[in-house]
Amino acid sequence: MPRVNPKPQERVLPPETYAELDAFIAALHLDREDERRKESLIQVLHKAQHLFGFLPEEVQLHIADAFAINHAEVSGVISFYNYFTTTPKGKYQINVCLGTACYVNGAEKVLQEFEHILGIRSGQVTEDGKFSIESLRCVGACGLAPVVTINDRVYGKVQPGKVQEILEHYLVEASGEEAPVHA
Amino acid sequence: MVNLTIDNRPVTVEDGATILDAARQLNIRIPTLCYLDLHELKMVNKVASCRICSVEVAGRHNLAPACATPVAEGMEVTTNSRRVLFTRRRLLELILSNHPFNCLICAKSTDCELQALAWEFGINTKRYHGEETSFPIDKTSGALKRDPDKCIMCRRCETMCNEVQTVGALTAYGRGFNVIVGPAEMKPFVDSNCTYCGQCVSVCPTAALTGHGYIQETWNAIFDPTKTVVVQVAPAIRATIGEEFGIAPGTPVTGKLVAGLRRLGFDAVFDTTFGADLTIVEEANEIIQRLTTGERLPILTSCCPSWINFIEYQFPNLKYMPSTCKSPQQMTGTIAKTYYAQKIGVKPEDIVVVAVMPCIAKKYEARRPEHETNGVRDVDYSITTRELAKMLKEGGIDLRFMDEEEFDNPLGESTGAGVIFGATGGVLEAALRTVYEKVTGKELTNVDFTAVRGLTDVREAVIDLGGRQLRVAAGSGLGNARKILENVEKGTSQYDVIEIMACPGGCINGGGQPYTRDRLDMIQLRTQALYSIDARSAIRKSHENPSVIKLYEEFLGEPGGHKAHELLHTEY
Repeated sequence: MPRVNPKPQERVLPPETYAELDAFIAALHLDREDERRKESLIQVLHKAQHLFGFLPEEVQLHIADAFAINHAEVSGVISFYNYFTTTPKGKYQINVCLGTACYVNGAEKVLQEFEHILGIRSGQVTEDGKFSIESLRCVGACGLAPVVTINDRVYGKVQPGKVQEILEHYLVEASGEEAPVHA
Repeated sequence: MVNLTIDNRPVTVEDGATILDAARQLNIRIPTLCYLDLHELKMVNKVASCRICSVEVAGRHNLAPACATPVAEGMEVTTNSRRVLFTRRRLLELILSNHPFNCLICAKSTDCELQALAWEFGINTKRYHGEETSFPIDKTSGALKRDPDKCIMCRRCETMCNEVQTVGALTAYGRGFNVIVGPAEMKPFVDSNCTYCGQCVSVCPTAALTGHGYIQETWNAIFDPTKTVVVQVAPAIRATIGEEFGIAPGTPVTGKLVAGLRRLGFDAVFDTTFGADLTIVEEANEIIQRLTTGERLPILTSCCPSWINFIEYQFPNLKYMPSTCKSPQQMTGTIAKTYYAQKIGVKPEDIVVVAVMPCIAKKYEARRPEHETNGVRDVDYSITTRELAKMLKEGGIDLRFMDEEEFDNPLGESTGAGVIFGATGGVLEAALRTVYEKVTGKELTNVDFTAVRGLTDVREAVIDLGGRQLRVAAGSGLGNARKILENVEKGTSQYDVIEIMACPGGCINGGGQPYTRDRLDMIQLRTQALYSIDARSAIRKSHENPSVIKLYEEFLGEPGGHKAHELLHTEY
């Protein structure tokens, strides 16, 4: 049964979040001798990304240890799925759909407008950590094309001219007001 | 049993056999690329990713990969139809469409399985042009070199690293066209838990994984008139380097090798086997001390740097167990730059020590920061058997036609005990010969401890040391090392002395040796070559090596004494 590389790794993420993750893993009753334990890996990675916001090496090592598998294996799985990220995303995660329907309805221009206003490229985070931009392929809401999601909110029929307005809602952080749902 | 026909020839094979197995039974050659069967090591890589072994099966609309398709009753297989041959060639051309065409300057040229297939298939042009990957080369470790652009995704290295060696340093990273094999998070090797055993290099079909070369540095040293360049050759080299010159596997070429090294221009040709004898004298002393006090048992051998890396990374709580003895490579280097330097009146900094090793990890070991004496590196360059063969060829030296010559002294005298270091179980056997005599005070008449020899996973023996029962074990391959250590941790195995070699079979199958592919019979022949040298040796016990005895009298003092400790021991 392989073990992980125990080279000391300095942890910076909050212990209480690790505790929450550990409780989740404990509930799975992983059998360290059973090959099938690996079937739960993606589920745990999902949970961890939800809790920490991203999957840096320290979290990967922690999960590898819990599963009694090599760090390389965990790293390989994370690298395969676009959904998983090893770098922190912004507080507000902007996802611009570039699926076929959105694309032909001008989603690329919408993406460029977000990039232009925020001064970052797709895959990057603004300096203040507030916004990050990603593109994805089809969120299954083609009737609303082009679609943009920001965290759990969905914006439909987004045109480049609307981008500024959408972002302004998030910039007024102090107001505590929730941004409106379009479409 | 299953009956089928291949190319209209009937054959009967066991249930579960593949089309490839059945074809081999008929001596029908189906080309393979990703497939690798090392069943003696419990490794079979048949991911069927390359599809070069495609064959036609009657009634099946697509072609079947012979390596991964089980036979079925009444199956009709065709291995060389127009469709098969054209498809195979097209598949190869697709693999080549994203492969550098710089064979002339590639380290693996003439040893490359992809190149051999291209030649066999008569490929004479690059048919498909498209996007080509461009990844940086990782040379950070100074031991392993990784060139992902040459990777064909056969996954042999992953299977070897993760399943046989259980090191778990390699993974496929990313997805689709951009997938790349390497350590977790695509870190450089130097920041990974790679032990540099080099078994990935042994199985890589191309030059995606090779050893870090030091040929040019070695030539530069040889041609530098201000340097005294000393070479030391590991025990396992004499049993393998002949293969690179067309000499039958298993033929010892010690004398020819010495002559060849001298012609190459080395100022002194020494034998790492001398260092092996020295290691045994120190290690036997340490074994006896630990047995007497009953502390820090079992004692683990420390000659294999990959094995040391493995325990450091994966079993750090057991780091007190390995012998503190430096390896023969490092001992020979240290003695060359102290004792020998004094003897010939040359400053240590003007001596260059080149070590010829069967190993990738030795390159790393030579570079470990602690391995220097008074600010001078103990070993300057560690080159592999393959690299030395290239240097000899470049120097116009054909080992077949060399007369036999003797090593230089004093670091050239060795015993049969030192020579068998190159085979799994050899270090343990050599240690037992010395420990027995030191503990019992009696002469050992039969020096052959055959129970610890062989390629089986783990060999165990109990040796009677005049009342004290010494429980010993030897294993090779890091997967077996893991089993042994886990049992030691759990307390289910009670040993006093354990020998471990990282490479399956020991140094004769090291990551720096001539490539054997799936021919494990060559490992057996190489092993026999070493034992035959031992059997013919006049002196077969390390502590009877006259030059080692003299070294203690003139320079070191007592085994385990202050000076010996300072120069010949290390920590982990």
